[in-house]
Amino acid sequence: MSDLTKSEHVTPPGASDPLSVGERELDRFPNPGLPEHKHRLSDESEAGSKRVERQIVILFVLSLLASIGGVVGYFAFPVGVTLGSVQASTLSIGLGLGVGMLGIGIAAVHWAKALMSDVEQVDERHAQRSDDATRAAAVQALKDGADDSRIARRPVLKGALVSAVAVAPLAFVVPLVGNLGGDWNVSKFRYTMWGPGVRLARDPDGGLIRPEQVTIGSVWHVIPDGLLGSEHMLEEKAKAVVLMVRMNPTELTEAPERADWSWDGIVAYSKVCTHVGCPVALYEQQTHHLLCPCHQSTFDVSDGAKVVFGPAKRALPQLPITVDDEGYLVARSDFTEMVGPSTWERERYTDLPVSDEEKAH
Amino acid sequence: MVKALASARRHRFAPVVLMLFALLAVGGIYAVAAPQAAVADSASQDDVTEGEKLFQANCASCHGPSAEGRTDVAPSLIGVGAASVHFQVSTGRMPMAANAPQAPEKGVQFSTEQTAQLAAYVASLAPGPAIPDGEQVDPALGDAANGMLVFRTNCAMCHNAVGAGGALSEGKYAPSLFNSTPTEIYEAMLTGPQSMPVFNDENITPEAKRDVIAYLMEQRADDSSPGGANLGAIGPVSEGMWVWIIGMGALIGASVWIGAKSS
Repeated sequence: MSDLTKSEHVTPPGASDPLSVGERELDRFPNPGLPEHKHRLSDESEAGSKRVERQIVILFVLSLLASIGGVVGYFAFPVGVTLGSVQASTLSIGLGLGVGMLGIGIAAVHWAKALMSDVEQVDERHAQRSDDATRAAAVQALKDGADDSRIARRPVLKGALVSAVAVAPLAFVVPLVGNLGGDWNVSKFRYTMWGPGVRLARDPDGGLIRPEQVTIGSVWHVIPDGLLGSEHMLEEKAKAVVLMVRMNPTELTEAPERADWSWDGIVAYSKVCTHVGCPVALYEQQTHHLLCPCHQSTFDVSDGAKVVFGPAKRALPQLPITVDDEGYLVARSDFTEMVGPSTWERERYTDLPVSDEEKAH
Repeated sequence: MVKALASARRHRFAPVVLMLFALLAVGGIYAVAAPQAAVADSASQDDVTEGEKLFQANCASCHGPSAEGRTDVAPSLIGVGAASVHFQVSTGRMPMAANAPQAPEKGVQFSTEQTAQLAAYVASLAPGPAIPDGEQVDPALGDAANGMLVFRTNCAMCHNAVGAGGALSEGKYAPSLFNSTPTEIYEAMLTGPQSMPVFNDENITPEAKRDVIAYLMEQRADDSSPGGANLGAIGPVSEGMWVWIIGMGALIGASVWIGAKSS
């Protein structure tokens, strides 16, 4: 490579100095070459080399002891029911493994650096391009092979080969992709457990809620009644969680078409952020702002939970609520749009009338 | 007369008489002006009267002479109850030092007795949440496991999973609960100070509130962090700092050592 580089240098005509003006600017410093070889302490005296050897042996012995200690720790500290026994077990096994491996590594590097040969060698790189004759021979070999197989004259064979190679990967690609979701029924994200007459219940214990219990300034984390103990409880909870607050009706701004979605200043909104679906639950009582802990999207609960800050693009879906004959808070219907982050199917499932048949689907 | 007094000054009993007069004077002043023994449990009419004086001197400039509040300055205190006053004053949050997004916890301005008098006065204005008694906030009587469930649902999003605190918007924050007393924690849930919402007894029952206190007290136990140093329990911030500065620093150091020539 160095020869090649030198041959590319152009000496301007008439310049007697091999270093031209242009080169002189680039090569202001002479190539210092390799530094003078200095012997290590372990090379210069037998005692030094013995000392290094001792150090390496100590490191290996340390590793050995740590590894044995880890095994001893496994038997000495059985993982019991207390947190202390878990701590002792993991700590002793971890220290044994860690110091055991680290000791071997440090010893090996120290050995290589301080005891093994320190002769400096220079290997020049060779050019990556093969010479023309080798290249021509390689191309000829490929051509000969193609001619020998007569693939150009046997189109059926060619087609069969391409088809077989193209289809073979499907045997693992199709199961791989098919197992990704397991369930491709996106419309189920449209529906939650909420529906006409479903009572609002307290998270986590499921107690039913009366409107007079929800005092001004308080915030309630709400789940649908019947969720606890139901099949797929966590999946349903993830879609149906609601945050309910009561504020002074004079502080509440409501869209005319949603005037009957609240009850005497009590409003309920989905707790699933419309950005990427984190639970939005940091409610500031004085500003009525609801903050998402993941990306700081902020929603104004006093004004339709519209976005006032952050990356979310849509207001939180509101759960229409009312009070049933027995005086408990109930949902008037399911959410009228998909909860959670936007998907490309979202538009298809927004603002459609929700019938029981659809919900059953 | 003056002459007689002047000569009596040198009488050998004069110091004794003077001493008697001085003792009498101190005793008399003490009897009139001494603070009454603190009565924390039951607020007397005296407490209310003293509390009103303290209120007029220290609180009325913002909260109004009748605690009715002033628009855009300070909220009305009518009906906030003794619990709210005790929480705000005994943690030093009130009186507020400066207009800020949030009243921080700071040096306490009033004695325990004065705090009780202020609380008695505000409680006398209108019914409100009372200061909880010892049994209501005793962590030994609570169920920490249920407390964790309630805390996780209602509190952890702002106060962090173990109560280390966290940031809110525009300079506000949920404070750490590691140094709060059980009474303060109970009062905060009951009254919803500042940005915090109210968790009334219908939402989180008194028993569940005590469970929450039991859970939080358990986080302070010496063996509450079996994984080793908890780095303030504030999650990815301090843990990331540790990984990037200590962990990466050690890796860089090791790389330099491997590449360096042995001496």
